Amino acid sequence: MSAAREEILARIRSALQDVPAGERAGDVTVAREYRTSDDRGADELVELLCERLIDYHAQVRQVAAGEVGRAVAEACRELGLARVVVPPELAADWRPGAGEGPEVVEDRGLSAAELDAIDGAVTGCAAAIAETGTLVLDGQGPSGRRAITLVPDHHICVVSEDQVLGLVPEAIAGTASSVRERGLPVTLISGPSASSDIELERLEGVHGPRHLLVLIAR
Amino acid sequence: MTDAARHPTFPQAARAALADTQLRHNLGHATHTIRAKRAEVVAEVPDWEQLREAGRALKERVLRHIDDYLLELEGAVQAAGGVVHWARDARECNQIVGDIVAAHGANEVVKSKSLTTEETKLNEALDRRGIRAWETDLAQLIIQLGDDTPSHILVPAIHKNRAQIRELFLSKLDDVPSDLSDDPHELAEIARRHLRKLFLNTPVGISGVNFAIAETGTVSVVESEGNGRMCTTLPEVLISVMGIEKIVPTWQDLEVYMQLLPRSSTAERMNPYSSLWTGVTEGDGPREFHLVLIDNGRTDVLADEIGRQALNCIRCSACLNVCPVYERTGGHAYGSTYPGPIGAILTPLLSGLEEAGSLPYASSLCGACYEVCPVKINIPQVLVHLRHKEVKHSTAAGGLRGRLAGEHLAMRAMARVFADRRLYEAAQRSGRLAQWPLVRGGKIERLPGPLSGWSSMRDLPPLPRQSFRDWWRQRT
Repeated sequence: MSAAREEILARIRSALQDVPAGERAGDVTVAREYRTSDDRGADELVELLCERLIDYHAQVRQVAAGEVGRAVAEACRELGLARVVVPPELAADWRPGAGEGPEVVEDRGLSAAELDAIDGAVTGCAAAIAETGTLVLDGQGPSGRRAITLVPDHHICVVSEDQVLGLVPEAIAGTASSVRERGLPVTLISGPSASSDIELERLEGVHGPRHLLVLIAR
Repeated sequence: MTDAARHPTFPQAARAALADTQLRHNLGHATHTIRAKRAEVVAEVPDWEQLREAGRALKERVLRHIDDYLLELEGAVQAAGGVVHWARDARECNQIVGDIVAAHGANEVVKSKSLTTEETKLNEALDRRGIRAWETDLAQLIIQLGDDTPSHILVPAIHKNRAQIRELFLSKLDDVPSDLSDDPHELAEIARRHLRKLFLNTPVGISGVNFAIAETGTVSVVESEGNGRMCTTLPEVLISVMGIEKIVPTWQDLEVYMQLLPRSSTAERMNPYSSLWTGVTEGDGPREFHLVLIDNGRTDVLADEIGRQALNCIRCSACLNVCPVYERTGGHAYGSTYPGPIGAILTPLLSGLEEAGSLPYASSLCGACYEVCPVKINIPQVLVHLRHKEVKHSTAAGGLRGRLAGEHLAMRAMARVFADRRLYEAAQRSGRLAQWPLVRGGKIERLPGPLSGWSSMRDLPPLPRQSFRDWWRQRT
């Protein structure tokens, strides 16, 4: 390999002369005494998730599991979305029904320019973290490709009640196999795009979707 | 690296910053606001101290075995379809990145915020090859358009106010309506429109790296605006540049840092967007991924057993916001990519005390930085260690003159007196006699000669008539 690689590795080895030759990485103790599981019930977690999402200026609605498609259609009407993109794997009953809402475009590898001409995206997710108000998308199935939840101005994300986790470590553990086995991209979304770069005043939507609506299906 | 003669020392640069009332006002507001919010969201977490300790210990594990981890990371990225490059220094890094961009025939690239590429001055290097690098973070765009330098790690343009930003956009960007107001929302809308065209049409993106996971080869960018997602998702070719210390061992370890970083940095429970990608994914995102691993002085930091912990840094900027020195001088006075307490140790460790010997003194050693650091870098300890090295270095470098310098001689004489009881007591006796012309109303308000600087802001209590030891001897 390259001379730079060999030289950097040699510099490292000479810098670490104080580390005993027999020491392995696992010999350096790491105490994981922080919380890794949450025993709060579903109601409490959903309530916390809603509170945290709203705190970061996402909109949240709780809907009956059988009413998701209608709720999506209604939200699209209110937001004035004429065309929305969905991942091909998004369940039929999570989509706005024919004739009652916007035109639904299935994402079959749409280009960024094509996505730029679409008003919103409707997706599911892999999990949600109540404590931080975070949606976890893992690049497969109902989460969709990364670009569809990035380029359009609106993102409507459906979370089913059983996907709501309490803590960050639970969500990291939950996505491990997608990453380890399939190398899928993971995106953590907490509220709409935001910036505080001008005089520390929070403003929404510099580059990503300016509006995030989360529907919690119960 | 840089020529020392061109850089003013910290006290010289700080004097100019302190005279800038706009800067002081903006910084005071920003640091106090973020500091208070951080305290709130940290207090919400019952296991914060356990997370800090895990964050520190994981970095210690990485740094003591970083050669193994780098090789593991390299293998994992390659297995996932990425290409790994190694760069010894800034020049080599910029060369590698420039060559990749040139190989794709691109003359424009979109960039998400990266301190490491600021450290290497990548934009200037690309510019010399005829490649325009567009900064896409709102603050970085403001800095770039103003030909300015960042004053804070997290909010780099905090020294600019809205009216100045409006002027900048009007003069530097095309198609800006002349009736543009200075409302931040309107200003952000201008930036959004300007950058969206670039995101949709630029074939190469460049990003920094927050964490790189050795086990899986996963690389992450943690951000707020979505420009990081744009840069790492839409271009066909993605180049990410990381200092070698950005490694974490396993996917699981993210559970620690994804809790520590957002709360310490933007004082949020979680930042709006975090992107984690592993090499190249068919049909989703860039078709080509390059990861550049850069040393640029980091192995020198690693060789300093006390200074090594500076490489724990996850660039959150919490130490800037609590620092009484930074709060007043701002980032420019540090003359470095890394300002504030972390910069005061990292900069001299990375580029040597000849370059940045005044920085370890840019602190009152109050310890607030250590207390807020999410990875427990003992900044005061490293500052004192570097001051010691700096004194040794300048004494040695000064030759006979250095060894005969007043401060050095005074300190050596004092060390001798303090080490010997009889000398010490004799000094107390003569001090009691010698101080009488200076004592006014039970205190010393003005010291003579080179000591006058110390007493210009403080009073000194005079030596008492009798020492404790004398008092004790009288009674036994």
